[in-house]
Amino acid sequence: MLTIRKNDYESLRRHGEEAYPHECCGALLGRFNNGDRIVEQVVRCTNTCADRPEDRYNIDPKELLSLQRRAAKQQLDIIGFYHSHPDHPARWSVTDLAEAHWLGCSYVITSVEKGRSAQTNSFALEGESEENKRLETEEIAVLSPVEDQSLCH
Amino acid sequence: MSLTVSIPTPLRRYTEGRGVVEVSGDSVGAALESLLQMHPSLKAQLYTDDGRLRSFVNLYLNDEDIRYLEKTETVVKPGDSIAIVPSIAGGV
Repeated sequence: MLTIRKNDYESLRRHGEEAYPHECCGALLGRFNNGDRIVEQVVRCTNTCADRPEDRYNIDPKELLSLQRRAAKQQLDIIGFYHSHPDHPARWSVTDLAEAHWLGCSYVITSVEKGRSAQTNSFALEGESEENKRLETEEIAVLSPVEDQSLCH
Repeated sequence: MSLTVSIPTPLRRYTEGRGVVEVSGDSVGAALESLLQMHPSLKAQLYTDDGRLRSFVNLYLNDEDIRYLEKTETVVKPGDSIAIVPSIAGGV
């Protein structure tokens, strides 16, 4: 399961609308908790796929390096990533699976239909290796501001 | 010669949960060998069966991608930091 505050959830969905008709992308920083993932920060990234931004995304490894350092400084982990599917369903594609390498992390996909965010789904990258990895649907628990208290340290 | 390797989230299950591992070596390649000696199960995650570094594995020495240096032959010095950064991409 992926747990996320409502404002963070809305932020990543809004990112998809702002990037439309291109794909947006970003990272989820947070904590692992008994196999679940708890989002503490949503970080917007730049889609560096210049030739096909409407149906591909790529995050510059150097930006990922900065994110790894940022997370470590705050005693957080990179627990997942998100991107949008402009005018395409919120389900993972063959490309998404082929390019997914962060085992144990969440991959959140939002469909953006004619510029408006529609469905948001999350998939956990399960498996032990590149050879048997798979994306499995996971529940998203969106916390209201009152429920946010449960995430406080 | 001591330096560190930063381990990304998905690979920490192979380093006993450690996010940073201290290694030895005078090149990036030697440092990686040192890492794999301590954590041999990492090898299959980083290398293909024929011994090539997997294409999605980015390696940084401090702030530089080693592809633009001397790759695994790049000389390292004490206090340097190597980071393993798996790529992120996808799309419809």
